[in-house]
Amino acid sequence: MEHRWGMVIDEDRCTGCEACVAACHAENNIATVGDDQAARGRAMHWIRVERYYEGNFPDVKVKFRPVPCQECSDAPCEPVCPTYASYHNPEGLNAQIYNRCIGTRYCGNACPYLVRFFNFLNPVWDKPLNLQFNPDVSVRSVGIMEKCTFCIQRIKTAEIKAQAEKRPLKEGEFNPACVQSCPTEAMVFGDLNDPKSKVSRLSRSDRSTTLLPELGTHPKVTYLKRDTWDNGKNA
Amino acid sequence: MEKTPEQINQDLLRPLYHASWRFYLTLVILGSLVAAAFFAWGYQIYNGIGVSGLDRPVFWAFYITDFVFWIGISHAGTLISAILRVSNATWRRPVTRCAEAITVFALSIGAMFPLVHLGRPWLFFWLIPYPSERGIWPQFRSPLLWDFFAINTYLIGSVTFLLLPSFPDFALIRDRASGWRKKVYGIASLGWRGTPKQWHRLEMAMRIMAVAIIPVAVSVHTIVSWDFAMAPVPGWHSTIFGPYFVAGAIFSGIAALIIAMALLRKLLHLEEYLQPIHFENLGKLLLVMSLLWFYFVFAERLTTWYGNFPSEMAVFWVTQSGRFSKLFWTMVFCNFIIPAPILAIKNLRAKIGWTVVASIPIVVGMWLERFLIIVPALSHKYLPYTYGTYKPTWVEITITVGTFAGMGLLFLLFSRVFPIISIWELKLGGQKKPEAAPALASQEVAAEQP
Repeated sequence: MEHRWGMVIDEDRCTGCEACVAACHAENNIATVGDDQAARGRAMHWIRVERYYEGNFPDVKVKFRPVPCQECSDAPCEPVCPTYASYHNPEGLNAQIYNRCIGTRYCGNACPYLVRFFNFLNPVWDKPLNLQFNPDVSVRSVGIMEKCTFCIQRIKTAEIKAQAEKRPLKEGEFNPACVQSCPTEAMVFGDLNDPKSKVSRLSRSDRSTTLLPELGTHPKVTYLKRDTWDNGKNA
Repeated sequence: MEKTPEQINQDLLRPLYHASWRFYLTLVILGSLVAAAFFAWGYQIYNGIGVSGLDRPVFWAFYITDFVFWIGISHAGTLISAILRVSNATWRRPVTRCAEAITVFALSIGAMFPLVHLGRPWLFFWLIPYPSERGIWPQFRSPLLWDFFAINTYLIGSVTFLLLPSFPDFALIRDRASGWRKKVYGIASLGWRGTPKQWHRLEMAMRIMAVAIIPVAVSVHTIVSWDFAMAPVPGWHSTIFGPYFVAGAIFSGIAALIIAMALLRKLLHLEEYLQPIHFENLGKLLLVMSLLWFYFVFAERLTTWYGNFPSEMAVFWVTQSGRFSKLFWTMVFCNFIIPAPILAIKNLRAKIGWTVVASIPIVVGMWLERFLIIVPALSHKYLPYTYGTYKPTWVEITITVGTFAGMGLLFLLFSRVFPIISIWELKLGGQKKPEAAPALASQEVAAEQP
């Protein structure tokens, strides 16, 4: 059976600790652009934790929303790329072929979630981060768009191993770095084509929603949260 | 006083033979500005596009503004000259060559910008559908690829449109010249002898080209607008963009044409050929386009406001009263409030100086319009958490200034190589006084009466 990888993120469980952000940086060789570049809006975090504030001081509630690539089924970023660098892979992931990218940045404009990141300058890693590259992930150079891959290197490793051992992939055999590092288990990863998997069951929960559903992008990342953001007060 | 054909030859070929020190001085100034722009581009290629002010989420800004602006200016020419040819407007004769040249140069400059803005410009050839050994083709669904084809088609078409009616003039120079000029123009005139058969073929070709180039010109700027309209970005995803961009392109194109003609008239002493009536007729066209532009902006703004989508309203308010509002209202002043009254008043429109006064703000305003379409929308996409901002650096500014200098430079060199007014067409039109484009039925009736 073909896999259709998906993720469920429980906003009611997220504490905004940003462990997922740090894990993602370490796993995927994401450059640290430095404070100067970050101040100009060029920071790269394949997953980010958005903070939204409710109420007035001192009675303020903070809501956290981790946002990785939504892995849209109808992705706006894909048809606009003139060189097929941004394409839909057979498992339904929005893959980015770094070698093929010429840097028109059109995909970044088309993406409504702004989860695509551009290497404006040649990437640098602050010491000692330059000593801990993940050998399974290619390092991107200047002029290239990059994005969350659902840790495709882990997916491929697990698939190849299962194939070699002539057995189907087991659920939970591997997880993307962000899911693995989440202390509150707010994130769940798995195969949406398997109706019994945890991610499938959770995505059908009555708390489930997607980000900007009105755009018709059909994301494979589902968010769980109680009611609406303001508990329906402004409805 | 009527001019003999020989006088026309002498007047119009003079710039090819004589240049004053002012010409060389201008050449040096414009040349160094262009050199500075190329230096900035080289600096950007060497260090990465990060030396510009681009950021996330404003992935496109100055370069794409320049791209759309110059492609827009290019509509001056071929389109206007084609429409005037097809409608047989006799007053067009001294105007067409200049207009067609603007098209070729503006298009060449505009077509550079997709390369300037690439993250890895050395791989631009991946946009070309060539049979690669790995069987990879470009993505034909991408509007950028449509752009690639549309612009190349238009470039080839407008170069043909410029060269076709130049052959008789090249032959004229060849017949009068000696030395290297005879050789060069001999090759350039492609063996033009002026036989009836050749004239017949030239007329036939021009008639076909004039009709064929109109849909090409319209499609080019429509496709440029689709670069934006096809992406689900608030403020971009609109059906009005195609006609809006085409109208804006013709608008800025005519303004550029008036400025260029006024400069040439002064610098090359063509006062007797480019008369106030030509400027007045172009001014009428410009007035129509200014009104049309205002109508499009109004229609676009009003539907956005009534629709009241939250994401679109964020972009709406930031341009209307937010941080981009100063630029927005400057644009409205430049494109409508200043030029429309000037061009609507007959006494002002009839004076060359005033048509130029109306045209200069339009060029500025249309550049701003493209900037205001791109940057406010990109910096205010759906999720408020991702809102951003943009500030250009010296790199983009130098390159942008360099393109204006480049336009001047190309035009200057052009006027030294081509007769800037089509000599044979001018002679063909005879020495009849050029007529005003009919504005009133009474004028037409009056003209018909003996």
